[in-house]
Amino acid sequence: MGPSLPRARAFLLALAPALVLLALWEWFVRAFGVDPVFLPAPSRVAKAGFDSAGLLVVAARQTMLEAVLGLALAFAAGVLLGLAIDLSPVVRRTLYPLLVVSQTIPMIALAPLLVLWFGFGITPKLLVVALVCFFPIAVAVADGLGSAEPEMIRLVQSMGAGRRQLYLKVRVPQSLPYVFSGLKIAVTYGVIGAIFGEYVGGYEGLGILMQTAKNSFQTDVVFAAIFVTAVLSIGLFLMVSVAERLLLPWHARSAGPTETREPAQAGR
Amino acid sequence: MIPTSSSITTDGGARPSSITPERIENALPGESDLSVRSVSKSYTLRGHELPVLHDLTFDVQPGEFVAFVGPSGSGKSTLLNILAGLEAPDSGEVLLGGRGNPLGRTAYMPQKDGLMPWRSALDNAALGLEVQGTPRGRARESASELFAIAGLEGFERSRPSELSGGMRQRVAFLRTLLTRGEAMLLDEPFGALDALTRSEMHEWLLGGWRDRRTTVLVTHDVEEALLLSDRVYTLSRRPATILNVQTVPFSRPRSLETTATPEFQSARAELLAAVRLEAR
Repeated sequence: MGPSLPRARAFLLALAPALVLLALWEWFVRAFGVDPVFLPAPSRVAKAGFDSAGLLVVAARQTMLEAVLGLALAFAAGVLLGLAIDLSPVVRRTLYPLLVVSQTIPMIALAPLLVLWFGFGITPKLLVVALVCFFPIAVAVADGLGSAEPEMIRLVQSMGAGRRQLYLKVRVPQSLPYVFSGLKIAVTYGVIGAIFGEYVGGYEGLGILMQTAKNSFQTDVVFAAIFVTAVLSIGLFLMVSVAERLLLPWHARSAGPTETREPAQAGR
Repeated sequence: MIPTSSSITTDGGARPSSITPERIENALPGESDLSVRSVSKSYTLRGHELPVLHDLTFDVQPGEFVAFVGPSGSGKSTLLNILAGLEAPDSGEVLLGGRGNPLGRTAYMPQKDGLMPWRSALDNAALGLEVQGTPRGRARESASELFAIAGLEGFERSRPSELSGGMRQRVAFLRTLLTRGEAMLLDEPFGALDALTRSEMHEWLLGGWRDRRTTVLVTHDVEEALLLSDRVYTLSRRPATILNVQTVPFSRPRSLETTATPEFQSARAELLAAVRLEAR
């Protein structure tokens, strides 16, 4: 978190660069009379967004459904794989390299095959999202479970804890901040993954909307859809951040996985 | 979440409002002797054999408090890990209460406090009881009774990061005290504290906070060893062997004033000389 700025100021600081960029963009388009099909000004994009709000909402709902279901699939797969990697050295040796290799397969090559195998329904979209997003979660779970301090492990073992207790009392709580970090990375890919899945072949969603708008030279609608995409991704990210703060109060209040806070003054 | 004092119901009969250390001891399993026979241990480090402990043999009587002092890196922590059953010796054996494999039968206090940042101070103190199968509510009750007399009242719900070094150490010590086990193993419990806080902890311990369990303390602080224990073993540099055994001549109860006596000063000088000679 760093030293905490007043909330309003921190918010403005985060927003300022975006506002400056938008202003520059608006000025550039107006000053040079750029063709709106080539690059519409932000004001034009906003207007297009309001005009086609109905279409955008319907498309966003579909894309969000795909993203969330795909992320749920990715989370389940990531946790299971991460746990398996941590539990078994054999799995770590055999499966981990395979997972890394799986990430080098270009989705642009794989997605059309998924459509070929699973059709134009929701399934290939979920699979694209899951394939893009499970990896950071699996790595976070495996690393998080392995990150427990040896001192704490020895402590609970000396108390007679078995494997189950060791996981429940030390490894799992220790891994949660890592899992949330992985989840934050995953959710930012989730919406993009869903749109990509739609782009390759589908009937509805933001990806389809972008495609049809592009084909009819409605560049402003494309940009409006991009804006909605960004808002959805940020929304998911914020949801995960809020969940992290609520579920891991000890972590939210300290600087990071290792604590660097000054101890409170000694009151006796 | 945390039982208030009014919700502490007794497990049969009335309880006095304050609990003397006597009562704490009664709640714990009986004293056991500790017998260490020709224990040796070495590690392999990048293909090199690194002998750490060489042929250590000693006995600790039931209820006795012994201390091991030695230079840094003399294998003191390895010794405690073996006594706790966390590591197996290469040769020799450890018998606790006449039985081998002491794992899960000792109350072990690691060098760093080992407090879990996700647990409140109270839940950290109750950890041992919880791991050993006491329901969470009952474990918390036991811990909160001790909190009151350990000067930690009001800090039950604090996170470890919100506590001072001395308070963290007291929580870690209460956790050790509450952990069932036939012996207490203390691995430089106050090594990370500043001198002032450390002597506060010593005073606190001398004020009746030790239970009557067989206790092994390892430390590099000669004064601490003399002040707290009945017998002090001096360890050599790696591979550690026992150089010297010194019976501590001071009767109990002791206090920090004990350290000011000439007898203490000369015992301290003697022991320090032995350790210094080794550390060179």
